[in-house]
Amino acid sequence: MKGLRKIVDNVKPTFVEGGKLSFLASFFDAFETFLFVPNTTTKKGAHIRDCNDLKRTMTMVILALIPAFLFGCFNTGSQVGLEGFAALAYGFVRVLPMVAVSYIVGLGIEVVYAQIRKEEVAEGYLVTGLLIPMIMPVSTPLWMVALGVAFAVIFGKEVFGGTGMNVFNPALVARAFVFFAFTPQMSGEKVWFSSWKMMGATDATTGATALEQLATKGEMQWSALDAFLGFIPGSFGETSTLCILLGAALLLYTGVASWRTMLSVFVGGFAMGLLFQAVGLTEYPAYYHLLVGGFAFGAVFMATDPVTSAQTNLGKYIVGFMTGALAVMVRVVNPAYPEGMMLAILFMNALAPTVDYFVVEANISRRKNRVKTVK
Amino acid sequence: MSKIIKLRKGLDINLQGKAAESLVDAPLAKEYAVSPLDFENVTPKLLVKVGDKVKAGTPLFFNKNNQRVLFCSPVSGTVSAVNRGEKRKILNVVVAADANQESEEFAVLDLKKAKREEVIETLIKSGLWTKILQRPYGIVANPDDQPKAVFVSAFDSAPLAPNMNFVLKGEKAALQKGMDVLAVLAGGKPHVSMLAKAEGEVATLNGVELHTFAGKHPVGNVGVQIHHIDPIAKGDIVWTVNIQDVVAIGRLFATGKVDLTKVVALTGSEVEKPQYYRVISGAPISSIVAGQIKKQAEGDSVRIISGNVLTGKKVAEDGFLSATANQVTVIPEGDKYEMLGWIAPRFNKFSVSRSYFSWLCPKKEYKLDTNINGGPRAFVVTGLFEEYLPMDIYPMYLFKSIIANDIDKMENLGIYEVVEEDVALCEFVDPSKTEIQQLVRDGINLMIKEC
Repeated sequence: MKGLRKIVDNVKPTFVEGGKLSFLASFFDAFETFLFVPNTTTKKGAHIRDCNDLKRTMTMVILALIPAFLFGCFNTGSQVGLEGFAALAYGFVRVLPMVAVSYIVGLGIEVVYAQIRKEEVAEGYLVTGLLIPMIMPVSTPLWMVALGVAFAVIFGKEVFGGTGMNVFNPALVARAFVFFAFTPQMSGEKVWFSSWKMMGATDATTGATALEQLATKGEMQWSALDAFLGFIPGSFGETSTLCILLGAALLLYTGVASWRTMLSVFVGGFAMGLLFQAVGLTEYPAYYHLLVGGFAFGAVFMATDPVTSAQTNLGKYIVGFMTGALAVMVRVVNPAYPEGMMLAILFMNALAPTVDYFVVEANISRRKNRVKTVK
Repeated sequence: MSKIIKLRKGLDINLQGKAAESLVDAPLAKEYAVSPLDFENVTPKLLVKVGDKVKAGTPLFFNKNNQRVLFCSPVSGTVSAVNRGEKRKILNVVVAADANQESEEFAVLDLKKAKREEVIETLIKSGLWTKILQRPYGIVANPDDQPKAVFVSAFDSAPLAPNMNFVLKGEKAALQKGMDVLAVLAGGKPHVSMLAKAEGEVATLNGVELHTFAGKHPVGNVGVQIHHIDPIAKGDIVWTVNIQDVVAIGRLFATGKVDLTKVVALTGSEVEKPQYYRVISGAPISSIVAGQIKKQAEGDSVRIISGNVLTGKKVAEDGFLSATANQVTVIPEGDKYEMLGWIAPRFNKFSVSRSYFSWLCPKKEYKLDTNINGGPRAFVVTGLFEEYLPMDIYPMYLFKSIIANDIDKMENLGIYEVVEEDVALCEFVDPSKTEIQQLVRDGINLMIKEC
């Protein structure tokens, strides 16, 4: 450790202001704080601080994403006729370029912006960068991923002021951009399956996703158990509800994600599903909605984004419920979009500040009345 | 007995170095200091110069923003220095103490007959008026105001805080007298809050409105107690007094003399023998910590805090005890790099987050240093501050309104009810490492300026 510290200390003057490479200061700082928690001590206020920071928080989200990521790899391989470890390895190799492109493009832009603002690089993109490949179909061309990432980071986040200031979930902005900008390439059946012939892969038997089948035929060719375990086509990381719930368990246990939001999304989606079933719009069971498509993934990893979701506890219940309900409504009522989760979350991102506004206003008037009753 | 007010929110940070219940009488020190920086919103104007002879209770300076209020010497002796900082700002006035201590003499008033204005005049002349603080804002009270009520917290819940029942031992008479004075000022019974199951002698006081609280820190903060007893609205003014200062006020009205003796706890993981010391207000830190700081390994250093770890002031070894401090805390400095610390298990560090393991061992005493454990970021995590501010306030919205300089919002969201100490826990837990106490003070200063 001491040797490494020495090396870092030696090169540091080159990167700080006045050094030859000072235009890379933010990049160097990100690298240094990755290796070492800085030696900054408290100056004002509380002399001791909780050892939790955003790096730790974001790391927890990434850990929570791992089960769904690994299953995504396996599922990608198994769709092209591979089994066991071979399937896992195939999927991993298949998705790696996407992950790399996402991180390189996204972090690159983040570093540039941090340097312009003379701030430290925020950790938010560590999560976004992994989320983006996981919510894309596996055959999304890399240039589209790059374009989506660039659009999301610049127009979804940095124009608002960076991590913590954005209105919309950046990963979903990327997904929405790619979906609407390249609709012909991004819809249809082929995009959900890998076409890479390597490691003994065979041609995939392409077909409609579970969501499309439900939307068009009112039933799907897979059992509910298959959908729960994740052996269905879909975006890379979203198929296995089981693995997503494993991640959810970690997020809830560590308190990183709000249980209020997460629970309310599921309740909202299920309630809406029951309603549609009751009025006869759908014939399949309401819980299908929670198993197929991006519902579970969105509920656990996207709707709970603390920056773009509601900030008050009451607001979290309301926004969560409406997100779930809206997602199912789009799925069932709107024939153009079989998947409603992305649109529901983005729409509720836009609405969350308004919900919070009313919750806070209620608090203000309660506080004013409180005083009157005492007097 | 009134019912117990139980607070669910809050946090007790369990630190090493609790003071043992033994009391040492510190000998009279060479010098004592009064600092205008111990008070908010004070612009001092000197009334003495170096070389002047003073007694305990002789005015040293007054506040230009509130001209009736005098700041007086705690001891008799000679003014030996006026220390100034940047732009000639007065840092403190130092008095070299005489071997024989004398006090200015003040008339001993009969509180049953004395007029409120006479009581106020005595408090101002003796310098003890500066012990009476005003909410909103947490500044020295304006003697021209009539407060809605006066509040005193009879216990301290901060990390390693002194046990006030131990501190107040033998001071019952002075405490009662002090409360009688507060009753005259308030025009009614002063509100006194005790800790459930540790009421102590405070429970036997007469002529006070007793309240009992239970819960975690900041339950001992008078601001939190006011919120649950009789909250402050726009236009309200209430006064608060630290319980040890009530004793000093009581002594003044019993004897006519200024006696600012108080008991402070020396605490913290780097103290050899944490215990209590009886000192005079403004005493040099060295008279308390000398010979008590554990020997440090090479390259390590300690931080001495006048006050507790959440709200105290950093002082040098040759500095002085601040006027408001009831304890001195010594902890290790955290000026060390920690390799990959953010991903390590960190068994020896404390966090309220379950991404660490400290929640598994609630009984463990921690030795925490001053490292900030991260870097400053924008607010990201939500729903966290609410758990550590036991008031019906949305802290995040309040903080954001302060950042936006939105006075209307600040007013509506509760700026009148909080001072720094009430949000100290929010600052402690914040993973974005925002300087929240300073932020709240900036907001309060803006309110003072604009309203």
